[in-house]
Amino acid sequence: MKFDVRKFGLGLAAPALAIVVALVLTSLILLAAGDPVLAVWQVLFKAPLPRQAVAIVNEASVLYLSAVAVAIGFKMNLFNIGVDGQYRIASFMAAVFAGAHFLPGWLNIIVSIIIAMASGAIWAAIAGVLKVGRGVSEVISTIMLNYIATYFVAYLLKGAAVKIEGSNATSTQVLAEDSRVPGINLEGLLGTGREVYGLVFLSIAVGILFWFILSKTRFGFDLRATGQSESAAVASGVNVKRMVVVAMILSGAVAGLVGMPLLFGQDYAYGDTVQAGLGFAGISVALLGRNHPVGMAVSALVWGYLNQLSNGLQISAGVSDRLVLIIQGIIVLSVVIAYEVVRRAGLRMEQSRVARELDARSTLEPKGATA
Amino acid sequence: MTTTQTAPPPLQASIAPPGRPAWYWPAVIGGSLLVISTVRVLTGANDIDSSGALMAAIGLAMPLALAGLGGLWSERAGVVNIGLEGMMIVGTWGAAFFGYHYGPWVGILGAVGMGAAFGAIHALATVIFGVDHIVSGVAINLLGAGTGSYLAVRTFTGLPGGGPTQSPPLAQLPFLSVPGLGEVLLGIEKSGTWLLADLAGILRALTTNVNALTIIGVLLLVFSGWFLWRTAIGLRLRSCGEAPYAAETLGVNVLRYKFLAVLVSGALAGLAGGFLTLVASNLYREGQTGGRGYIGLAAMIFGNWRPGGLAAGAVLFGYADAIQLRGGGDVIHAYLLPIGLLLLGWGIWVLVRRAEGKSLAGGLWRIGMSLLVLLWYAFTTAIPDEFTSMTPYIATLLVLAFSAQRLRMPAADGQVYRKGEAD
Repeated sequence: MKFDVRKFGLGLAAPALAIVVALVLTSLILLAAGDPVLAVWQVLFKAPLPRQAVAIVNEASVLYLSAVAVAIGFKMNLFNIGVDGQYRIASFMAAVFAGAHFLPGWLNIIVSIIIAMASGAIWAAIAGVLKVGRGVSEVISTIMLNYIATYFVAYLLKGAAVKIEGSNATSTQVLAEDSRVPGINLEGLLGTGREVYGLVFLSIAVGILFWFILSKTRFGFDLRATGQSESAAVASGVNVKRMVVVAMILSGAVAGLVGMPLLFGQDYAYGDTVQAGLGFAGISVALLGRNHPVGMAVSALVWGYLNQLSNGLQISAGVSDRLVLIIQGIIVLSVVIAYEVVRRAGLRMEQSRVARELDARSTLEPKGATA
Repeated sequence: MTTTQTAPPPLQASIAPPGRPAWYWPAVIGGSLLVISTVRVLTGANDIDSSGALMAAIGLAMPLALAGLGGLWSERAGVVNIGLEGMMIVGTWGAAFFGYHYGPWVGILGAVGMGAAFGAIHALATVIFGVDHIVSGVAINLLGAGTGSYLAVRTFTGLPGGGPTQSPPLAQLPFLSVPGLGEVLLGIEKSGTWLLADLAGILRALTTNVNALTIIGVLLLVFSGWFLWRTAIGLRLRSCGEAPYAAETLGVNVLRYKFLAVLVSGALAGLAGGFLTLVASNLYREGQTGGRGYIGLAAMIFGNWRPGGLAAGAVLFGYADAIQLRGGGDVIHAYLLPIGLLLLGWGIWVLVRRAEGKSLAGGLWRIGMSLLVLLWYAFTTAIPDEFTSMTPYIATLLVLAFSAQRLRMPAADGQVYRKGEAD
């Protein structure tokens, strides 16, 4: 128990350390480039305005879904870089179906969301099947599928697009009022007219489900076991190939949800201006949050915070808002290094503890290392 | 984790791919040329191998080849480098910044230097700290994209013709030609004669207006092949990618080799970015790399972790890209004909050899596919732009799906090596 507390402390130390390292390195970069260091941090460390706070939560709810999708793969040593392509295909399919208004109101929304999950799952399943059937690394196949998805959706969009008066943007049919998910108005609480996505509850539900399935079910145990030791999983009767495909399908289904808060809460259509790169951001959020349901929620908020506050950099400090990408990059890189260092330190401590206990307990046989 | 039992088959594959006589590759190339030239005459899609299309293809293949070569150096030493894309991005900035201020030759050095710096970061994370290679690569890509565009805003804003997302136009590197040959070959090519015109087109693309950096790139490919496979240092480097603990017992400083290999890898990826800036477009533009680092990586896998193979893969992707950029919906469409016929022949061959254990379903499946492709050919005149753009990516997926079992990556590729932890 005492040992666990120390481990927990080490676990929190890593991300804190990473953020400090990011601050120091970014300051050095700013100094080298001749940008005002202090002004930048003044902008980034201002308390967010109510309007920004809502935007942070909204952005975090989207990033969180993407991070969970990535984390499902990570738990099994699968690297789903294809969340980007999966959510585009899924958002497009859902937007087309919802825009057709076959079904009334909430039913339309629910069925569209299911269609999005199915589309994302199918797109991800291609990579899963290629991996178990043909031995193709999912890293490469999902990257290729991202590009294919981009062009495929662009092609389909040309066919499904509706003309909007006075605009060059092509997009699908805009959703009717009753097929939109109403936002949560916090006017009284925060004093801003901006609303939190109603589908923020979808993100929360997915997070709880993710935690429950992984830590409380047999399936989740098998999944984690396969990720940690494939041979041990095989020995305990897990069908690894099936597991790979199932994990990819689950990951893709969650990836399919990524675009839903945007579709039903903000854009109300899928157009060529849709936000790209959410899948890659999800990888960063999952890495920072260590695939932990709560950790990822915190890191999604950190990401949203950085993105929102960096919007003011250009105006208030005269520094390009791209700086935030550097900060995020350094955070990810230093956090994975810090986790690795902490993991090794923990391992060493545990080894020496076991060695000590064994030494103390028995003089029966000579003890070397604990391997 | 589970690779301990799979030693025998890869070993065999690494000695010699079974059943590949010396005439195999010349025959494949010659055969493809015959097919392409026949298709050109039959369908009238003259851009299929015009010298213009091929020159464009070489220009587009070079950055892929250099990025792939970067991947080769690092993966041969056992470090997966998915951060090629980020290293290319900082390379494009380095080439533009140093190229603008000090001339294009220094621009090359700038690209190489920036790439190498990011290679050093990747090496630090993966080799020294033992972070998962793909995780580190993803972070490098994020960092590279941020650094590139941040520095561009910082350094190009306010310059004449430059802006936050674009550098001023840059001075060009020299183009070289074999004198007197271009006009003659162009004449033969224009005649459209079967086979002769195609050969002239290829020859013209290889001898006219070749950029100095293209030649440097080809030399780097040849040099890397020689260095990695024909020198003692190269052998040691590859041993770090195949069996690092065995190499350690033989006194190879594995960490140092891996670190240097990743450094070279970054430098080459940076050069690939520099090629885009200095040769392909004459300026830096944000988003210029467009995922070419990933394609370079795919070309390397396609080429079975070998310089010749990765060059072939790069040329293939570069060609598909060139055709697409030249609006070649009709050219890709023309390819449907030989692809359909090949599939048909393959299907029939499988059916004929059923007695030898080939499955009925396999043959019928191929014949069905071939009929679909031929129908597609017959009832359309061009392929939509989006599908032309998809071609390289689909080709990569198909090639991997059909040949992944034949491909053999370095045995310890992607595994984290810790000094003195051999078991």
